[in-house]
Amino acid sequence: MISEETTMVAERDDDTTLRRRHMLGLADYDRDEIELVLSTAREFREVLHRPIKRVPTLRDVTVVNLFFESSTRTRISFELAEKRLSADTVNFSASGSSVSKGETLKDTARNIEAMKIDMVVIRHRSPGAAQFLTSCVEAVVINAGDGAHEHPTQGLLDMLTMSDLFESFEGLNVSIIGDIAHSRVARSNIFGLNALGANVTVCGPQTMLPRGIEQLGVRATNRLDEALEGCDVAMALRIQLERQGVGLFPSLREYHTRFGIGLQHLERYKDLIIMHPGPVNRGVELASEVVDHERAVILNQVTNGVAVRMAVLYLLAAGVRSE
Amino acid sequence: MLLKGGTVLDPAAGRSERLDIEIRDGRIARIGSDLNADIQTYDCDGRFISPGWMDMHVHLREPGFEYKETIETGCSAAAFGGFTAVACMPNTDPPIHTRDVVEFVIERAEQTAVDVYPIACVSKGREGKELAEMGDLADGGAVAFSDDGSPVQDAGLMRRALEYSSMLEMPIINHMEDLGLNPHGHMHEGSVSTRLGVPGIPGLAEEVMIARDILIAGFTGGAIHVAHISTADGVELVRRAKEDGINITAEVCTHHFALTDEEVERTGFSTNTKMHPPLRTQTDVDAMKEGLRDGTIDAICTDHAPHASFEKEVEFAAAPFGIIGLETAWGITGREIVDAGVLSVEEAVHKLCVSPRTILNLDVPVIRQGAAANLTIFDATTRWTFEARHIRSKSKNTPFVGREMVGRAWAVYNRGYFVQAEV
Repeated sequence: MISEETTMVAERDDDTTLRRRHMLGLADYDRDEIELVLSTAREFREVLHRPIKRVPTLRDVTVVNLFFESSTRTRISFELAEKRLSADTVNFSASGSSVSKGETLKDTARNIEAMKIDMVVIRHRSPGAAQFLTSCVEAVVINAGDGAHEHPTQGLLDMLTMSDLFESFEGLNVSIIGDIAHSRVARSNIFGLNALGANVTVCGPQTMLPRGIEQLGVRATNRLDEALEGCDVAMALRIQLERQGVGLFPSLREYHTRFGIGLQHLERYKDLIIMHPGPVNRGVELASEVVDHERAVILNQVTNGVAVRMAVLYLLAAGVRSE
Repeated sequence: MLLKGGTVLDPAAGRSERLDIEIRDGRIARIGSDLNADIQTYDCDGRFISPGWMDMHVHLREPGFEYKETIETGCSAAAFGGFTAVACMPNTDPPIHTRDVVEFVIERAEQTAVDVYPIACVSKGREGKELAEMGDLADGGAVAFSDDGSPVQDAGLMRRALEYSSMLEMPIINHMEDLGLNPHGHMHEGSVSTRLGVPGIPGLAEEVMIARDILIAGFTGGAIHVAHISTADGVELVRRAKEDGINITAEVCTHHFALTDEEVERTGFSTNTKMHPPLRTQTDVDAMKEGLRDGTIDAICTDHAPHASFEKEVEFAAAPFGIIGLETAWGITGREIVDAGVLSVEEAVHKLCVSPRTILNLDVPVIRQGAAANLTIFDATTRWTFEARHIRSKSKNTPFVGREMVGRAWAVYNRGYFVQAEV
């Protein structure tokens, strides 16, 4: 049951911890909770600019990065965040592990937990996998991407990046462009940005806009210019090249022509900020020049990713300590 | 034995009458008012006695998957649920695609209170390519043909199957789904799947196939039966086809009129909310009830689909489709259909007793002196909570544990066996 999986830890007097045991997604986060993560992340970001980047905050906390799907940047980002908080870190990736021997996720997780771990960061192809894990293990679970469901720390780092550039989320216009149907990044951003009061537009070919997307509180359009007009932040999603064979769009060339953001768009929309969760396919979602443009903040997102993950680990570690 | 004070229900005639029934040697020895005999007597006051019920869509898993269910445990589950007959689907290993497997299944059920009628494959190996030996399968005791779980994709094969089976006067039961429209879905495609990021199964995949099979049935004159109908538009297609005189019938599973796709989210991706066809929307649930009410949907079934706990205790995308249903069939029907005023008790029992046998060309048991005793004893008002201890199936995959049921099947009598749900 959702109510059990997201069990709140005991009420505390101060407002410096998340009153949750796990971070599974942003769908039920409110503004205060998100603001708490962002403000905590800003504090940790200061640490990242010091000559000595390590703090003792999570000393003696053991974190396992359980990655059943290949990922470079998210795994490294989590690992760096853990190390900078002085946690003990173990990496587990699906290739060359017991998974290839047919072990179930439940058994894998329970075996690893038997080695006495405190927190699990999980990336898995199945939606709901992080929540499922909470029913298998006692450890604190952080979702690092479950299928097309959620990728909450990505959403939070995107919001931190926006908050660096804009005074307020209230009335901020954000357009998410690409394969909305298969994007966990899109979902976490939609849930989080809506909670903060931003206006979200999603844009992509009709084959990539899932049915009922408007019911998530967004505007949907197939026209890129409609998405960019009056827009403050355009977030282009990575086109997963392996999906091309599924026939969601005819060719990369046609995709770029209709949905790729080029220099002409940056000229037409003078204040437009460009974001991308990476890795970028240059010349597909974004023209190569746009990737390197001063109004593209893709590398800021990456830096903020480490800070946000430090904040999330720190805020949830209170749940480890309270046991 | 003597069943005293029960209300004997004749669903074929839609009549009920308070009568005592005396059973000797498996037959109804006497029936009448105020019978007395110096034999074991059961007080049936406040309960109905109807001809035994039949679930025309179950998976008994034997042969091949005995770790999920056996014919014996499946029959125990059926008896608990008030059924004295089931028709079992052929997706076993080996599949029921040769006469020896048909005979094996029937033989395995001989020592139980439940008549087991095998449904044999449409195609050899359920591969959707060549017709199975339908005539021989029918001679062995098969009552219908289906590649359930593997929808017949090739329209040409479906044409031949309907032509050939019409010669045998037996229906083809199709799992209605165009797989081109559902390459890899895990739940109903709609606003909930969009929110959860779960690949969807569109209602369209079912409706397109129903439409196709209506046309082929009309062309060939064969009898097509829609397995586990789940969408509002599918019901409407069947309704119009019936008006047009097409030889078509339809069944609905209890979970498809009790639960919606919201359940997947509410339970946090519980794999006991994953079945095929998937739980749909409230609009579809309402259409199932209307279809039952106006006769578009002929029968109520369960698609009882046992899976071992280790198979279901996995992440949502990896879990097999299906839930068990025999034990909860009447409690859900009582709550959603009878108590909710969709059908009377007699009408609901008709969908569980008369319709399945009519579709499969089987004799409906009768309650009269001299007839073999084939009975279900039940009520339609007991409110009870379904618990794990009630499960008789070898598998436990049900979303209904902890749910309120209305109406209870108390016992069945068939083939000389008297089985009480709880002794």
